[in-house]
Amino acid sequence: MKTYKMAWRNLWRNKRRTLITVAAVVFAVFLSTFMSSMQEGTYSKMIENTVSFYSGYIQVHHPGYWASRSINDVYAPGPEFFKKIDETPNVTLSFPRLESFTLLSTGENTKAAALIGIDPVKENKVTRLSQWVEAGKYLEPGDDGLLVAKNIAKQMSLNVGDTMVLLSTGYHGSTSAALFPIKGILNFPSPQMNNIGVYADITKAGEFFSTGDMITSTVIMVDDYTKLNHTKQDIGKKLGNDYSVMTWDEMQPEIMQMIEQDRAGAVIMKAIIYIVIGFGILGTIIMMMSERRKELAIMVAVGMKRGKIIKTLFFETLYIGFLGIVLGFLLSTPIMLWLVQHPIPLPDSMAEVYEKFGFEAKLFFSLHYPVFMNQIWTVFAITIGVFLYPLVTVARFKLIQTLRS
Amino acid sequence: MKVIDIKDLYKIYEDNEAEVHAVDGISLSFNEGEFAAIVGPSGSGKTTLLNILGGLDKPTSGEITIGNVKINELPPSKLIDFRLHNIGFVFQAYNLIPVLTAKENVEFIMDLQGRPKAEKEKRTRELLEQVGLGDRLNSRPNRLSGGQQQRVAVARALASRPKFVLADEPTANLDSKSTENLLDIMEKLNREENITFIFSTHDPRVVKKARRVITIEDGKVIKDEAIR
Repeated sequence: MKTYKMAWRNLWRNKRRTLITVAAVVFAVFLSTFMSSMQEGTYSKMIENTVSFYSGYIQVHHPGYWASRSINDVYAPGPEFFKKIDETPNVTLSFPRLESFTLLSTGENTKAAALIGIDPVKENKVTRLSQWVEAGKYLEPGDDGLLVAKNIAKQMSLNVGDTMVLLSTGYHGSTSAALFPIKGILNFPSPQMNNIGVYADITKAGEFFSTGDMITSTVIMVDDYTKLNHTKQDIGKKLGNDYSVMTWDEMQPEIMQMIEQDRAGAVIMKAIIYIVIGFGILGTIIMMMSERRKELAIMVAVGMKRGKIIKTLFFETLYIGFLGIVLGFLLSTPIMLWLVQHPIPLPDSMAEVYEKFGFEAKLFFSLHYPVFMNQIWTVFAITIGVFLYPLVTVARFKLIQTLRS
Repeated sequence: MKVIDIKDLYKIYEDNEAEVHAVDGISLSFNEGEFAAIVGPSGSGKTTLLNILGGLDKPTSGEITIGNVKINELPPSKLIDFRLHNIGFVFQAYNLIPVLTAKENVEFIMDLQGRPKAEKEKRTRELLEQVGLGDRLNSRPNRLSGGQQQRVAVARALASRPKFVLADEPTANLDSKSTENLLDIMEKLNREENITFIFSTHDPRVVKKARRVITIEDGKVIKDEAIR
C-alpha cells in the first residue's frame, strides 16, 4: 500500500479528533484570510488614494532631480518618450509636470512656494484637482492664470481675479519673473497641500522657467499596483540610464513604513492564532503517536524502515494542514468575493474624515494572491514544525523497549 | 539443513546494580522444517531468546548465525532488511495494522520487499485461503475474531517466505477452539512450506503439538527433547 494512502487511513482512525483539529485549522485560516484580505484591501485603497492625490504610482525624473529638486535637472520628453511609457504593459496614463520653487509676491506680501506646471486635462483625470477649486475656475489648456492653494491665498490676501508676481531662478540661472492672474483658489482637505503653492498650465510654467518643452517629472498611473516593480523595471529598460524611475513608495517612504508597521502588528495577532492552532495540531499528533508507539515498533520489527514510517507520519501531518487550508479557503473565498464587490461602509464618525479627503468611506477587501499564499506557507511551516515531534520520536525510539511497553 | 545456530549466547541486564542473566550461555541449533516450542516459567528468558533470535535485541555476547549471516554483527539498518527477508513474526497480541484489511496486512510485508503486484495478490490469496480466511480478504482486523486475527498474523509472517517464523505466545489470547485451529494451520503450513516454526509458550496445547520442546529456566536450557 502506498504511503500516502496508508497515511490517509491513519488520519481517520479517530474521526472526531481529526475533525476537531482540522476545524481549528479551518478557523485559523478563515480568520487570518479575512484579516489579511481586509488589510490588503485597505492598504491598496490607501495607496490608490495617496498616489492619485499627487504623486502617481511612478515618476520619471532626470537622474539628479530627486536629490536636487533643481530646475536645471530637467529633460525634454518628446513624443517618443510618452509613447514608450504608454505602451508599457500595466501603464494606464502618463503626463508631465514641471515643478520648482518660486517667490510669490503681491503688494507687500512675499512668500516662497512651489510653482507646479501641469497638463490641466490629464492631471485632472488622476488627481481630480478641479474638485478642490473653491473659488474661480479650473485651468484650461494654455490658460495663463494660476490656481492658488488656500493657505497661500489667505496669507497673501489674494482673491480670484487678482494678480501676483512670481520671481525665480530659471533654467541655467536665467531670471524668471512674470505677472499671473489668479484664476482659482484651491481648498485641499490636507493642510500640507494647502501650503503647497500654485498651479499653472505647463506651457506657461515652461515659459516662466525658460525650460521650453522640458519637464521635471512624468507622472505614471498603472492598472495593477502589485506589478509596480515589474512595470518600473520595464520603463527603466525602455528609457535607459538617462532617466531615473521611482515608485511612489520610494518617493514617499513614510507611507510604506506606516503600512509595514500596521502589517507587523497584524502579524503578531495572526502569529498568536497560528501558534495556538499549531499546539492543537501538535497535541493531536502526540496523541496519535502515543496510541501507535507499539504499532510503529511492530512495523520496524517486521521490516519497515523508520524512514518509511516517518514519511507516513509526514503525510498524516500534512493532510491535517492541507484539509484545513482547503476547507478554510472554501469557506472564506465566497465571503471575500462578496466583500470585494460590496465593501463595508464605515461608521459615520470615520466616514466624515474619509469623505473630507475625497476618499470612499468604506472598508475594502482584497483577493490578491498573497492573502492566500501567506496562509498556505504559514500552515505548511506549522506542519513542518509539528512534524519534528514524530520525526524525532520515530528516529529515537528503542525498538525492544517499545515492543515491551 | 541448519537454519539457526546459536553459540554461547548471553544477555545480561543491569538491574539496580545487580546483574540479571536473562540468557545465560545458551547454545542451540534449529534445522529446516522444525516445529519447536521453547517453554519455561515466566521470567525464564524465553521472550528474550526469541527477541535476540529475531534480531530485535542485541546479545551481550555470543554468536547467532542464520543461514550464513552472523546477525549479531549486523548494523541496525541491515538488520531491518534481514528481518524483512528472513524472519516471520507472530506476536501474542496479533499486532495487525488496524487500518489495513486482512489482504492488505498480508501484502504489507511483500510491499516492503518490493514484490510485483501479481505475485503479491497470488501469494496473499493462497495464504489467506490456507489459514481459512479466503472469504475475509477485505475485512479489517476489528471485524475479525481474535483467532481470525492471529491466523492473518500467521499468513503475514509467512508472506515474505522467511527462513523461519518466531511466535511469541501466539495462543495466549485465544480460546481452546481457536488455539486448536491455529495450531493445526501452523502445523500444516510447516509441513507444506517446510518453514521452521519456533514458539515461546506456556500453553500445554502448543507443547503437545511441538515436535521439539526446549525447556529454559533462569536463562539456561535445562532440557531439549525431540517428541516424535
